[in-house]
Amino acid sequence: MATEMSIAGSSALRVEALGSGAPMGRTKGKTMTGVAKESPWMITVFLLVVFLLGWHVATLRGAFEAKGLSEEQLQLMEFNGDIIRSANGTYMWNPEKEKVKGIPGPLAVLEKAREELSEAFVKKGTNDHGIGYLVLYTVARFGAGFLAASVVAIALGVFLGLNKVLFRAVNPFIQILKPISPLAWMPLMLYTVKDPTWTAMLVVFMAALWPTLATTAFGVNALRKDYLHVASILQLSWSKRLLLVILPGAAPTIINGLRIAFGSALVAVVPAEMLLGELGVGYLSWIEWNNLDISGVIFAILVVGFVGVILDAGFNKLAGFVTYQE
Amino acid sequence: MSFLDIDHVSKYFPAHAGGADVCIFKDVTIKIDQGEFVTVVGHSGCGKSTLLNIIAGLETASEGGIILKGKEVTGPGLDRMVVFQNFSLMPWMTVFDNIALAVRSAYPDWSHAQVAAHVTKYIVLVGLKGAETKRPAALSGGMKQRVGLARAFSIEPKVLLLDEPFAQIDALTRGVIQEELIQMWNSSRNTVFMVTHDVDEAILLSDRILLMTHGPSARVGEIVDVTIPRPRSRETIIDHPHYYKIRNHVLHFLIRHGAHVGRGDSTTAEREGEAPVLVNFS
Repeated sequence: MATEMSIAGSSALRVEALGSGAPMGRTKGKTMTGVAKESPWMITVFLLVVFLLGWHVATLRGAFEAKGLSEEQLQLMEFNGDIIRSANGTYMWNPEKEKVKGIPGPLAVLEKAREELSEAFVKKGTNDHGIGYLVLYTVARFGAGFLAASVVAIALGVFLGLNKVLFRAVNPFIQILKPISPLAWMPLMLYTVKDPTWTAMLVVFMAALWPTLATTAFGVNALRKDYLHVASILQLSWSKRLLLVILPGAAPTIINGLRIAFGSALVAVVPAEMLLGELGVGYLSWIEWNNLDISGVIFAILVVGFVGVILDAGFNKLAGFVTYQE
Repeated sequence: MSFLDIDHVSKYFPAHAGGADVCIFKDVTIKIDQGEFVTVVGHSGCGKSTLLNIIAGLETASEGGIILKGKEVTGPGLDRMVVFQNFSLMPWMTVFDNIALAVRSAYPDWSHAQVAAHVTKYIVLVGLKGAETKRPAALSGGMKQRVGLARAFSIEPKVLLLDEPFAQIDALTRGVIQEELIQMWNSSRNTVFMVTHDVDEAILLSDRILLMTHGPSARVGEIVDVTIPRPRSRETIIDHPHYYKIRNHVLHFLIRHGAHVGRGDSTTAEREGEAPVLVNFS
């Protein structure tokens, strides 16, 4: 392993030297701005290639060499399942055992991904749904919990933000409840609602509730008094005041709270699925671990990352509609 | 009975831990006629903006009250529109929507087309045609306050309250908007109550100038009639024989009552409770 690592390190270094050497030669004599103008994508791709190559080389394993081993030793190894005998009588590493030996390389993960994605929408059993379904379950669970939490938090936050005294009275509770990990609630919820599906959603709800509640109350409370003055001079009705002045005025702050809530809900949904055994990408990661399929675990981690990126991009798109410049 | 009656209004702010309440101004009594343009000039801290907010109904008087057309003012309302020093436009709304919000509130039964026509009329009046769909962040200070003026005039309030409306606008633009304000006021003839630091602005725009002594316990020390016939413009007003008389008088008053004179000096103490001195140069 040590030699493999050193090979990986040196090859990565070599690639780096080659990669940066060329542009440096080209921009020789130019100022630093010439480098800054280059597309960041090139650096991104370069880093990815370096990482994948390093990973690949670090997890490389040579073909099985029977030389120097006695027939008994070989038989014992075959008996243990370390090696298999192929049709022409030569020995090779047992590919099934290889899966749980060390860390799988990028090619193994790619193979796993190809396999999973090819049957993304296939249901093979009660607990063996395709990755497409698992993503949908997670997104649905996350969406339901996050939306419910956002509605409750914004409504409550506006109410508290408009009542300074009440806000100050309730704030200690919020401050105590806010730092509690949403997963800490899980046993109590499981005990009370007695249903893992609802519990998973409630965990997401709890994760998303406090940040939005606290920032909404703060945003409404800190809304510039001038806007409210204009609203009261114009004798706006209660609903108009809320919809035309208070909510849009506090929107940038509320969006910030939602962004924090979004992140914390996304972080909570994966372990909730793991612990509750609810079908989803978090569940996938755990079940692949139970299957000792490390490629599957890595694949599940990557899926979680991609789901997060896609949800986050959608959220940013929405946030862009309601923010304004002072 | 006058149109707008500011009747023995005093304002106290609660004191910090112990000690008596702080008196901002005391016993301010002014009678303002319909269509009159009255300006309050005074040092910072004399409570002139607070007085304006009390007339607007955004703050309450500690003593005394405001009577508009025979009815006491109990809170803010569409009959008294404020033009704020910091513009107070809704930054998330376009120029058009900012004015339309006011118009819709003032004329709730109007159709969509009526509102749009009315808003457009005032946008044209302040020379902002073409900027209807812009948001305040994209406008200069002068343009922002033009929107503020258009919003205020568009609801045709009985009383227009201008709270240092040009303080945050550069000097060149300020002059232009002051003349625009004169023109708009000439056609609408609202009653105007303005607060300002700018003596020239006060002389150009007002019928009467109220001079406030410095706070705390400020009061209206003098009331100066601006005996310069209308229409006035910045160009011709300085040629009027009364212009510098009034200007010098006001400046002398302000220097005499500057904060450096010290609190509770003899002039203020002796005159407490006295009626304001009326000054007329004609």
